[in-house]
Amino acid sequence: MRPFTYERATSPADAVSKAAGRRNVKFIAGGTNLLDLMKLEIETPTHLIDISGTGLDQIEPTEDGGLRIGALVSNTALAADPRIRRDYGVLSRALVAGASGQLRNKATTGGNLLQRTRCPYFYDTNMACNKREPNSGCAAIGGFSRQLGVVGTSNACIATHPSDMAVAMRVLDAVVETQMPDGATRSIPIAEFYELPGGAPYIETVLEPAEMITAVTLPKPIGGKHIYRKVRDRASYAFAIVSVAAVLQPDGSGRFACGGLAPQPWRVEAAEQLLPQGASAAAQRLLRDAQPTEGNRYKLKLAERTLAAVLAEARS
Amino acid sequence: MKFIKPAQQNPIDQGRVVGKPTTRIDGPLKTTGTAVYSYEWKDVAPNAAYGFVVGAAVPTGRIRSFDLAAAQEAPGVLDIVTYKNAGPLGLGDFNTAPLLGGPKITHYHQAVALVIAETFEQARAAAGLVKVDYARGEGVYELSDQKDSADPTDAAPDSSQGDFQSAFERAAVKIDETYETANHAHAMMEPHATIAVWEGDELTVWSSNQMVEWGRQDIAKTLKISPDKVRLVAPYIGGGFGGKLFVRADAILAALGAKLVQRPVKVVLQRPLIFNNTVHRPSTIQRIRLGASQDGNITSVAHETWSGDLEGGGPEASTQASRPAYAGENRLMQTRLAVLNLPEGNAMRAPGDMPGSIAIEVAMDELAEKLGIDPVEFRVMNDTQVNPDDGKPFSRRKLVECLQRGASEFGWEKRPSPPASKRDGRWLVGMGVAAAIRGGPATKSAARVRLESSGKLVVETDMTDIGTGSYTILAQTAAEMLGLPLEQVEVRLGDSSFPVSAGSGGQWGATSSTSGVYAACVELREKVRMALGLNAEAELNFADGSVSDGSAERPLTDALATGPLEAEGEIDFESRGDDHSYFTFGAHFVEIGVDVHTAEIRIRRMLAVCDAGRIFNPVSARSQVIGGMTMGAGAALLEDLHVDARQGFFANHDLASYEVPVHMDIPHQECIFLDGDDPLASPMKGSGVGELGICGVSAAIGNAIYNATGIRVREHPITLDKLLDQMPEPV
Ligand SMILES: Cc1cc2nc3c(=O)[nH]c(=O)nc-3n(C[C@H](O)[C@H](O)[C@H](O)COP(=O)(O)OP(=O)(O)OC[C@H]3O[C@@H](n4cnc5c(N)ncnc54)[C@H](O)[C@@H]3O)c2cc1C
Ligand code: SF4
Repeated sequence: MRPFTYERATSPADAVSKAAGRRNVKFIAGGTNLLDLMKLEIETPTHLIDISGTGLDQIEPTEDGGLRIGALVSNTALAADPRIRRDYGVLSRALVAGASGQLRNKATTGGNLLQRTRCPYFYDTNMACNKREPNSGCAAIGGFSRQLGVVGTSNACIATHPSDMAVAMRVLDAVVETQMPDGATRSIPIAEFYELPGGAPYIETVLEPAEMITAVTLPKPIGGKHIYRKVRDRASYAFAIVSVAAVLQPDGSGRFACGGLAPQPWRVEAAEQLLPQGASAAAQRLLRDAQPTEGNRYKLKLAERTLAAVLAEARS
Repeated sequence: MKFIKPAQQNPIDQGRVVGKPTTRIDGPLKTTGTAVYSYEWKDVAPNAAYGFVVGAAVPTGRIRSFDLAAAQEAPGVLDIVTYKNAGPLGLGDFNTAPLLGGPKITHYHQAVALVIAETFEQARAAAGLVKVDYARGEGVYELSDQKDSADPTDAAPDSSQGDFQSAFERAAVKIDETYETANHAHAMMEPHATIAVWEGDELTVWSSNQMVEWGRQDIAKTLKISPDKVRLVAPYIGGGFGGKLFVRADAILAALGAKLVQRPVKVVLQRPLIFNNTVHRPSTIQRIRLGASQDGNITSVAHETWSGDLEGGGPEASTQASRPAYAGENRLMQTRLAVLNLPEGNAMRAPGDMPGSIAIEVAMDELAEKLGIDPVEFRVMNDTQVNPDDGKPFSRRKLVECLQRGASEFGWEKRPSPPASKRDGRWLVGMGVAAAIRGGPATKSAARVRLESSGKLVVETDMTDIGTGSYTILAQTAAEMLGLPLEQVEVRLGDSSFPVSAGSGGQWGATSSTSGVYAACVELREKVRMALGLNAEAELNFADGSVSDGSAERPLTDALATGPLEAEGEIDFESRGDDHSYFTFGAHFVEIGVDVHTAEIRIRRMLAVCDAGRIFNPVSARSQVIGGMTMGAGAALLEDLHVDARQGFFANHDLASYEVPVHMDIPHQECIFLDGDDPLASPMKGSGVGELGICGVSAAIGNAIYNATGIRVREHPITLDKLLDQMPEPV
């Protein structure tokens, strides 16, 4: 871990102004991901701005019947909120499927969206990694890739985004709200929030330097059956190999997105149109452009069967 | 004291304390955080500096040069140890790879530098500034590729009985299958850690190490100093599983660092380094051929095993598992060792037997099925009271009883038949069985006991407690021998200034170290007799703080008129002789669910029925067995250090990517011990069970998965990707 300086921000405006124009600065929320990465020198900020005191820890109704989740709301609080449990069950279930109780107590909504990949080569600074070190190569391609991505990947990076929460938010059409140092704010639909790796896997989202997430809003509830199914080798405390977040309506229509397959929550609206035809058709459409490795080809079949499990659960 | 078998009636037989379920006496220290682990000693070295290890970035090759300037100048840095300033180092008897690399690199993450600074954070930050220029060398990393070049090894010689080849050819029913097991990490909770303090030419290390005397000797040998100048202290150890049997880089680098900066130095191996820096259980490829008559009598057994290690290393001696297991006159046991440039392979909980039991116990299941015989019955039919490997009778073998008791307790009669015929909601449900067999070795062990004027009995031995419960069973033994309540015994362990014990390894610790304390107490009882002038001929009875020779009864404290009474004793098992085979036995039963859609595998319940003669403490013995079962569940379902053959390392080298079981993986475990003594084994009339629980359990899980799904996976761990292609379409 490199030495760094640290200060606390008292409001979002304070935080972004403190960050404005500085290089190598990072916000720190729960710190559950950032600090681990700093200890391993995968992240090497020279200055941290602690945003935990910026007051963004409320969940409030929005005018159009949705909810606005402050960026600092903890994963535990969000999962337990009665409105979330009632109207956005898929989100609550995705959250409790992640990490551990202790981690969820610290982890925040904004931090969860921005957590970084769990690719083993990203974690070993002796290894080439385009995400960690631009243009250094990718040691994972041709290496141990059982856990890595099959779709949306590139020949520069095949890592996945590890969040469970983000997959549920993608299916709910959440919107990420941000604030810039100049006072401007943005509302970024989560479908447009993440960047595919292409040739620059170190660029992961559309956020600008010093731009801070202030909230995530959920549109008004859409009803339906909310299911989050997370598949993993270990029964708990493990990242998804494949996960499916789904909201399914009684008429057989619905929405779904997958985790564990891609550099971002993977949702293809055209695949959802095929849901009434069954899991196979929908999954094939979802993964039409998949480019698996030998080590993770099994994820294609697994995704299809997990979707089938979700549809079966919805019927039962 | 020589152990003369069979053990006669002795004070341990009273069973007032020994054999009673006893929660561990060191438990409160651990739950309150007051048991001091290696890295935590403060008062012994309040001015300790911190060392941070830099691991090699290449798997083989040479260091061309270091650039240490930036690190040297970083805040707080005192100095940096590398091969250039370390002076010539020896190689410990138990080490294959040098613990400090350079200029030659032997394996990935071999230590190449120790950065020493005022604080841990400064040392770690400066370690990131160390620049090493390597010339990467050639290496081979894949066991399957090197199999054909593997050689026989003296460490596990081949053997044969009868004529395997022709018996196997003639056998009415047979199987010939190949099994693979993965590289495993010990993944103990406490990382390797050491504090080193020099006083003149005398070195004291507080180091997490299972074998204090071996450690002391190897530290001396590596540093090229006299063992008399080394003291090793390890009273509390947060797990080892074999990973701390031998000296590792933390101890040597702390000692070198402390010498360099003329100040105590503490070193902990950071978790992501441990997997490639230290040792692992090597992966194996095993071929099993079993032949039987139509009615199910095994006639031929062949077990061939391949594993790899660094040049000069040793094999994973998996045939061990088949040698004593079942009858069969015609036998062939073969071990082949390949050279690999991976990190050093070494002992992990039940080395040889654990991976070997996966192969033989799955093979038994396969053959039973071919024969149409229930797998419990098939094992019972082929039980043998004589070790077929060496022709010697077992001192005690209750495998049949374990299997039968287990079958009835577990509800084995409800095992789904045929396979893949039982469904419970989203789960395909199956049951599996396997035998657990592990040697019951015993080895020399000494202790010192001292009756103090306060009436307290102090036990000192360099035995270790690696979380196993040694403190408690040694206290129980001493309390039993001197007729004292447990609370009046104080046990001090893990210090090389104490008498040399067996240490903790190979499941020999419990029986050997309790027998050592027994021997010392026998001496002390004689001293009490003399001090009190009791009848030299009579049997003494020590009870409730008093001693009696039948005619007179005296309080023990009367013997302390001239001061504390102290005695040292050592048990020597050489006289135990080799006319018997010493083993411990058990049977594992497992119920598994496999998700119909995703092929996720979840254990539903596990039962082990075990026998090792007298169980000294059913509470800690149970903990050992269920811990072994949990570890075996990890090996069956999760644990796999993945070799990246291009990088020459284990790619998943942290606890996020090397998954071990968590609570939810182990919903229900039970462990039953059979009653009875083994007077041929030790004066304590029992053996240890620290490794028994891990043997066979992975096979039982594999067999249960087969029973649940009809899919036989011969490559452990069995993960869902290996099942998916053959999973039936969910209905
Ligand atoms: C052992 C372990 C297991 C885990 N298992 C799972 C799992 O199964 N599923 C899962 O989904 N996750 C898992 N996680 C990840 C966990 O969910 C994340 O670490 C957590 O959500 C991050 O939140 P945080 O507030 O601690 O973020 P921090 O670590 O504080 O920050 C993470 C990143 O986000 C940035 N950031 C934080 N807040 C803002 C903001 N408001 N605006 C702009 N930038 C911001 C930081 O600068 C940093 O780059 C696991 C983590 C650990 C350590
Ligand atoms: S897959 Fe991506 S994160 Fe992993 S090594 Fe390659 S570039 Fe780095």
